[in-house]
Amino acid sequence: MSEGKAHITNYSTLAMVLGSLLVLTWATVSITSINLGPWSVTAALLIALLKATLVLLYFMHLKFDSKLLKISFTAVIVVFFLVILLTFFDYLFR
Amino acid sequence: METITNVHRDDEASKLGMWLFIFTEILLFGGLFIVYSIYRFNNAVAFHLAGEELNDTIGIINTVILLTSSMTVAMSLTAMQKGNIRLCLGMIAVTVLLGLVFLTNKYFEWGIKFEHGLYPGSAFLKELGHGDIMFFGLYFMMTGLHALHIIVGLTILVVVAVFIRKGRIRPDKYAFLENGGLYWHLVDLIWIFLFPLFYLIH
Repeated sequence: MSEGKAHITNYSTLAMVLGSLLVLTWATVSITSINLGPWSVTAALLIALLKATLVLLYFMHLKFDSKLLKISFTAVIVVFFLVILLTFFDYLFR
Repeated sequence: METITNVHRDDEASKLGMWLFIFTEILLFGGLFIVYSIYRFNNAVAFHLAGEELNDTIGIINTVILLTSSMTVAMSLTAMQKGNIRLCLGMIAVTVLLGLVFLTNKYFEWGIKFEHGLYPGSAFLKELGHGDIMFFGLYFMMTGLHALHIIVGLTILVVVAVFIRKGRIRPDKYAFLENGGLYWHLVDLIWIFLFPLFYLIH
């Protein structure tokens, strides 16, 4: 950033995020290896969402970015989930 | 001659531009994920059986590789911001290396599938039925598009490294490194969803 006040993410923070991501990967592999039926899909998707949040907030720096970026990102995700919702309403109640 | 005292530069705006591009990528892959879930919903049994054909181990190895490379590229930005050019270049080199290992794994993974007669439009696949055709069609389409993004990301990172060596990216001017890094994180982000959907959920 041109003002020279850019937030710098520490090496240790980045290493800790990677550690958490690897633990979550291990968790998703072990959860899906036991047969939980439809719940394994839910569990895998929830863990994937958690991992994606970590990548977005720390690796992609969104946690420390401007409000404009945060709001735009949220808007895109909301639109995406609305599309999913509408598509599945169509398929479930056709 | 007048001297130029202030060259206008807006790193925040170029970052916003990069994010706008990332939004389009999220919606592109998001659309494919919706297609995947609808076909899975309609062909639950075939998707369940076809998913077991995929090699979990390669999937896990590639996940670890991509997550690690995402950290190293984030560290290269930290190194640049702290003025440590050598470490920055080193971290980019590690990232590129990890990306190449990912692609090599993908090459062998796809190669084995091709040997077993599993590729879009193959005679073997046509005998298996509609659900399997859909599953492998989506598998090759989505992991292929993702691999294409890896290749583009690696190219960008190599250009970034060259710019750093030439001094065009500096500790006081690193927007290109930051945006190139964002692209690499996006590739990681997409894989986080591809991996459980294709390799783990049976």
